[in-house]
Amino acid sequence: MTSDKPRMNAGNVGIVIVSHSPDVARGAADMVRQMVGDVVPLAWCGGAPGGGLGTNVEAIVAAIDRAWSDAGVAILVDLGGAETNSEMAVELLSEDRRDRVVICDAPVVEGAVMAGTEASAGSTLDQVRRTAEELRAR
Amino acid sequence: MQIDAQLQRKLIGEVARCVIDHAEELTALDQAVGDGDHGINMKRGFEAVLGDLDKTSALPMPEALKAVGMALVMKVGGASGPLYGTLFIALGKAFPESPTRAALAEAFSAAVEAVKTRGKSDVRMKTMLDVLVPVLETLRRSGGDVYTELRATAQAAAAATVPMQAVRGRASFLGARSVGHMDPGARSSWLMVETVADVLEGKQPMTSTDKNQVISR
Repeated sequence: MTSDKPRMNAGNVGIVIVSHSPDVARGAADMVRQMVGDVVPLAWCGGAPGGGLGTNVEAIVAAIDRAWSDAGVAILVDLGGAETNSEMAVELLSEDRRDRVVICDAPVVEGAVMAGTEASAGSTLDQVRRTAEELRAR
Repeated sequence: MQIDAQLQRKLIGEVARCVIDHAEELTALDQAVGDGDHGINMKRGFEAVLGDLDKTSALPMPEALKAVGMALVMKVGGASGPLYGTLFIALGKAFPESPTRAALAEAFSAAVEAVKTRGKSDVRMKTMLDVLVPVLETLRRSGGDVYTELRATAQAAAAATVPMQAVRGRASFLGARSVGHMDPGARSSWLMVETVADVLEGKQPMTSTDKNQVISR
């Protein structure tokens, strides 16, 4: 399951939310959208290929494409499989895009909100990632 | 060793069928140490592999392995998709023109290394690597009945994951509670190794009803 209309805001870093659950991904995206409005390219995906809980490489690639920004894209993931599938998705991107996508080591909901807020201020991809990762447990 | 189109079809088809046959067992193992989706995820992936069998049987082996890997990457829906997908894709990339045992061992070694990189993991972390790495060693060293030795290695290596504590993947959330259960990825790797050994040896692969069920819950 996936979302979102393309938006005209290629200047700010984009945010992609990947959860095993489409409900979690959609809900986290709603929270980001409420915080930052339309100034951050945002996309989400959740659910296994064919439905059920899980993550879907093809859907992640498509979400990166929808949230694409020349400033880069930060991905927030929930659990292990979402991270591995997101890494796989990044490798499937064209070479010029691959280096401008990072997977944040952060909790998916809080990380997405923090990353979105940072991105809305026009920060670089690295700043967006570091802000999200300040929330890392331990 | 000669791998003709018929044998290639049998190898891919029997590995897929064996994993599908054991989906419930894999899920039960994963409910003990993970999130309980290994069986259903692997089943979804290998059903896609079976659906592509006519196409993959017609490809040269390296291309067929890459296609199997890509189907798993795209269809599994969990971490095991990229992990097993990477195993097959890397094996396809490294697959030798003349598949002697030594050449196959080197190709398998490249595939195992790729899985380590993909999973940021290594042996003794209670994963599929705890089966794949010993199997690679046996493939390299075996001086006798290689198929019997491969089966025995895979079985013993999977059993050896029972007392391990998981440090990778969702099972790591359980900490010490992951001890006492076989790792589901080790079990699925064991199943694949056993099936490949059976097919290459010319045996009918065993079905789920006559294999020992190893759920340890």
